[in-house]
Amino acid sequence: MTASKSTEELTRVVIRFAGDSGDGMQLTGDRFTQETADFGNDLSTLPNFPAEIRAPAGTLPGVSSFQIHFADYDILTPGDHPDVLIAMNPAALKANIGDLQAGGTAIVDAHEFTDRNLKRVGYESNPLEDGSLSDYQLHAIDLTGLTVGAVEEFGLSRKDASRAKNMFALGLVSWMFGRPIDGSIAFLGKKFAGAPAIRDANVAALRTGYNYGETTESFAVSYVVKPAVIPSGRYRNITGNTALSYGIVAAGQLSGLQVFLGAYPITPASDILHELSKHKAFGVTTFQAEDEIAGVGAALGASFAGSLGVTTTSGPGLALKGETIGLGVMLELPLVVIDVQRGGPSTGLPTKTEQSDLLQAMNGRNGEAPVPVVAAQSPADCFDAAIEAARIAITYRTPVILLSDGYLANGSEPWSLPDVESLPRIEPGFATADPDTTFLPYARDPQTLARPWAPPGIAGLEHRIGGLEKADGTGDISYDPANHDHMVRLRQAKVDGIAASIPEVEVDDPDGHAKILVIGWGSTYGPIGAGCRRARLAGHRIAQAHLRHLNPFPANLGEVLAAYDRVIVPEMNLGQLRSLLRATYLVDAEGYNAVRGMPFGAAELGQHFIELCIKEGE
Amino acid sequence: MSVDLGMPQGHGLEGVPTADGPQTRKDFSSDQEVRWCPGCGDYAILAAVQGFMPELGLRRENIVFISGIGCAARFPYYLDTYGLHSIHGRAPAIATGIATTRADLSVWVVTGDGDALSIGGNHLIHALRRNVNMTILLFNNRIYGLTKGQYSPTSEPGKVTKSTPFGSIDAPLNPLSLALGAEATFVARTIDSDRKHLTAVLSAAARHRGTSLVEIYQNCPIFNDGAFDAIKDPETRDDAIIPLVHGEPIRFGADGRLGVVRTPGGGVDIVEVDESNAGDVLVHDAHATDATTAFALSRITDGGAVRRAPIGVFRQVERPTYDDLSREQSVLAGEAPSLQALLDGPDAWTVA
Repeated sequence: MTASKSTEELTRVVIRFAGDSGDGMQLTGDRFTQETADFGNDLSTLPNFPAEIRAPAGTLPGVSSFQIHFADYDILTPGDHPDVLIAMNPAALKANIGDLQAGGTAIVDAHEFTDRNLKRVGYESNPLEDGSLSDYQLHAIDLTGLTVGAVEEFGLSRKDASRAKNMFALGLVSWMFGRPIDGSIAFLGKKFAGAPAIRDANVAALRTGYNYGETTESFAVSYVVKPAVIPSGRYRNITGNTALSYGIVAAGQLSGLQVFLGAYPITPASDILHELSKHKAFGVTTFQAEDEIAGVGAALGASFAGSLGVTTTSGPGLALKGETIGLGVMLELPLVVIDVQRGGPSTGLPTKTEQSDLLQAMNGRNGEAPVPVVAAQSPADCFDAAIEAARIAITYRTPVILLSDGYLANGSEPWSLPDVESLPRIEPGFATADPDTTFLPYARDPQTLARPWAPPGIAGLEHRIGGLEKADGTGDISYDPANHDHMVRLRQAKVDGIAASIPEVEVDDPDGHAKILVIGWGSTYGPIGAGCRRARLAGHRIAQAHLRHLNPFPANLGEVLAAYDRVIVPEMNLGQLRSLLRATYLVDAEGYNAVRGMPFGAAELGQHFIELCIKEGE
Repeated sequence: MSVDLGMPQGHGLEGVPTADGPQTRKDFSSDQEVRWCPGCGDYAILAAVQGFMPELGLRRENIVFISGIGCAARFPYYLDTYGLHSIHGRAPAIATGIATTRADLSVWVVTGDGDALSIGGNHLIHALRRNVNMTILLFNNRIYGLTKGQYSPTSEPGKVTKSTPFGSIDAPLNPLSLALGAEATFVARTIDSDRKHLTAVLSAAARHRGTSLVEIYQNCPIFNDGAFDAIKDPETRDDAIIPLVHGEPIRFGADGRLGVVRTPGGGVDIVEVDESNAGDVLVHDAHATDATTAFALSRITDGGAVRRAPIGVFRQVERPTYDDLSREQSVLAGEAPSLQALLDGPDAWTVA
């Protein structure tokens, strides 16, 4: 008998899957995300996991979660507070219940709520029974028991059988929100192709979870979130690290250069190394170096030899690479340095996000060593940001630092797929030999101030370069004071001149009369935008601008800043962009800063903006 | 007359284009003024390299010299090839990027005992175990010269220098023992002042496919003069230098009165040779798969003042190189699908 169930329409939902780091929550979240993308909602995701690979089971440090926000309109963030929390054990409940929306739905695996497990995380009594969850719609279900029962016929051990409980949970939540599960069934078929019993058990658990929602009386309502109205085109869901990797592959294709990645594994950048190592057919060579220094050194060597040298890292690795980046500044060779920022200082919070490497990127080298800095603003935007970093590196013969962060790296969103034919080509413009003139390795292109790029192999262009100061033009070693002063200024002028090739910063100021400008960079784009929307919905005027280029700044930035009474700079650091803006433009920029390892919430920023607007009478 | 080291003609230079016509030493001299101290051993090494390059017969533009920091690191400026004077200790890493991306280049690293064994020790051992096709010339003068006279990782214990007024308390490294321990496929030693031997070793090193490590004893007349007197002084050198020639018994001293024999413990020892024990003298096998004997030979030179030193090729074995394997994987990857197909992926959807 099938109960007749009612449906309720919602415009947006935030769901968080939480469990032990061994419970497969990231996989569950990924699958739900793909189902949601297939269904046509706009979405944004935020994985959150511990640095420990398998922290002791059932403990608070071992909790891993995956949050997805989806809606029938375009959304900008993975959401502040979940409407639905799936908690696979007491630790996951305890770590996440505080974030659940009042009146929200908590689905828990009651099987795990044993005295021992409760005690382990400090629950004095069972929250499923003591009334402490009365503010929520609680569904205490024996997910483990139901899963084991559903997969009995496949002859798995109890342990293996119970591991499919994440698929049961996925099935149940998929039913609740009308997600199609065919894609996930196909995915499981492929993933466990070599282990038919496990494949069949997972598929059975998924289906049983779905059917459980449909038949059990405790779930009276399912929800409908209609597909979003988004611009026509082809889309796929993508994480920042994958988009960034594809950007690098594309940069190689667009420039006709071989790509050489020298990298040392580091969280949260390693997935770029993993992804790029698959693409040898696209002329990408990856080298897992003995350390961060060797990674960037080999990349710079490859650039000297005529490839596009790339290195990937996070904050601690950027610190180690500083000397080699300085050599790149002196050698004036293309080099793309990707810093996927994480919480610092030192080892800090390896799996959490932060924006605190901006000043390191700007200044983390000895001497006057200007380096262009580019930042990505959303997971899909990492693709464009990587191509832009490569364009600057190749065109201007310079190291470029590309800043991403842990939130962009692991978060995902739908990506409007570019038409490859429409992507701009990048011209390496290698030097050619002219028998009538002496080759000057430090001659300059009058427009870009770039020097010739002359990889070995061309007769007549033999030259020696190094980290010692160069004589202008010849590139010979020079200790001449006037020459050094000239060269320091020349290198600075070259980087400053890049501003001529980048777009002006655009301001989103709906009626053009706002007095307050909010300006940000990097992954705060979504939360700032969502915060501004909230302020505007509440009837306030507020303008938003976001910087792709941190060095040099867009040519019109000073004018833009001067046009507003107040300039607000939200950052996941203690005010690094704010310092640069104040120093560069003498503008009294105000910060809004938090370093909690998590992105800003839309509500938090919205509230802050509204308070500012009220104060300003906006 | 050249020195015969008993080495095979290796294929280390395969893939590097050869010159159209004969070259001279002048072709390899750059227009830069050489700025080492008078009497520095580096002059002799530079002269030997410039003199030996035409023998290799490679196109000049396909030769790259990479160095780190130190006196030796100025070397690339004086050769009219492509050159890169980089940062302290990192030359092997930079060279790895060059060698891996360009099969058509002959890649040389010039380094010193401080550059290679102290600040750059990590890169050296990893280049050796990867067996990247490059030749590393390690100028060992057992002192820091460019920073004006501090002890180095190869200085003898007790050495009094500016930074060790009461004597060094550091235990030194033996560069060749280190290289052998790091799985090096070509390990050799030669001397700055013996041009013929130096040339023969460099020739064998360049032709070896893989990482060749050549330790060159090099005198620093300013901060460590006489460090190698025992093997340079005509009075003592015959009993101090132990020439290694593949396939030959290891004998030295006037009329070969001394020889190297195995000890029961697995090491080697030096004995006076007469008819009764001539058959016990070790026959040098540079190509032995097992590096144990090469290691034992490297231990003849202890960490103190140089009194005895084998010179020649300690070890030369064939092992696939990192750069060849990397390029092979790229070839096996075949034709790329379209970039559009990569970006689209398997799960794209269309919004009308």
